[in-house]
Amino acid sequence: MTDETLTVEIWRGKDTGRFETYQVPHRKSQTILDVVTWIQRNREPALAYRFACRVGMCGSCAMTVNGRPRWTCRTHVSKIVGSGGVRIEPLRNLPRIKDLVTDMTPFFEKWQAARGRFEPSATRSEPMASIPSDDPERRIVDAGIECINCGVCHAACDVVTWNPDYVGPAALNRAWTLANDQRDGDRAGVLKAVSEVGGCHACHTHGSCVEHCPVGLNPTAGIAGLKRMTLSALLKGSLS
Amino acid sequence: MIRRAQRHLGFFAALGHRLSGLFLALFLPAHFLVLGLALEGDAALEGAIRWSDQPLVKMAEWGLVVLLTLHLSFGLRVLVLEFMPWRDSRKAMIGLGAAASLVVGLLFLFNLG
Repeated sequence: MTDETLTVEIWRGKDTGRFETYQVPHRKSQTILDVVTWIQRNREPALAYRFACRVGMCGSCAMTVNGRPRWTCRTHVSKIVGSGGVRIEPLRNLPRIKDLVTDMTPFFEKWQAARGRFEPSATRSEPMASIPSDDPERRIVDAGIECINCGVCHAACDVVTWNPDYVGPAALNRAWTLANDQRDGDRAGVLKAVSEVGGCHACHTHGSCVEHCPVGLNPTAGIAGLKRMTLSALLKGSLS
Repeated sequence: MIRRAQRHLGFFAALGHRLSGLFLALFLPAHFLVLGLALEGDAALEGAIRWSDQPLVKMAEWGLVVLLTLHLSFGLRVLVLEFMPWRDSRKAMIGLGAAASLVVGLLFLFNLG
């Protein structure tokens, strides 16, 4: 890398393909997403990648950058480029579609398997539930609710790689927030879903999810909480 | 091969826990074999104990003690993670386990001298 130019390798293809090398102008406060966009607009119009908000809200631009899963819109080039260049690949643990784009279908199917959808306990004609912000359960929910579904934790997780049944840290983090949500009408159903094969008890507690989560969530702690909750439910006989 | 995304304390602790367990599993048959010598009389066992006084065997014993402490402390860490309410103490627990192994290893070395 010179002061003005970055050497960037980008994966082109699907499961089989190759890294193409590009020279990209290095600018101040440049993000990895800026780099990919520059290449697509100036060198490789057919380059496939995904993004939307560009400000770390939508979670659609995650890619593998120099071997680590990252949100590219908030990853500054200057923070990751040492003496070498930049190598950008699609996220791991997800089917590849083309170039840097992965198919997120299995990711969200696993959310469903972990019962990651809210089940209302009241109708819209009833008064809104009033839960104090300092309620202990609400505080647990607040600590995990800011997930942007970027798939970074899913790509970083070793157990997702080893065990195709494992629903992964994002789905379990979602389940953890629902299991503690007093407004959810089927919290026992959440515990039952995450007790199945591939649920929370498959986690090996490596902590790759918490290590790489771009918004600083701690799915490992949530998964451990689900393990305790399901064990307690089992002992009380409420898991069947 | 350890991928770049795996290079963090949590992964190394899990790796340390498993590898130390594997080495201990390899040691156990030898351990039981030596204990079994007692059935053949005290001379056979005494011979094995004398043999284990050699410096190289003592160093291997030191490694064994460190591995055992590492396996124990990282195993306790997993139990704490699974059964206790925690949130941000994951790395502190890893540090504590590694420090315990170091201290026990040093104590063993001082005891040798």
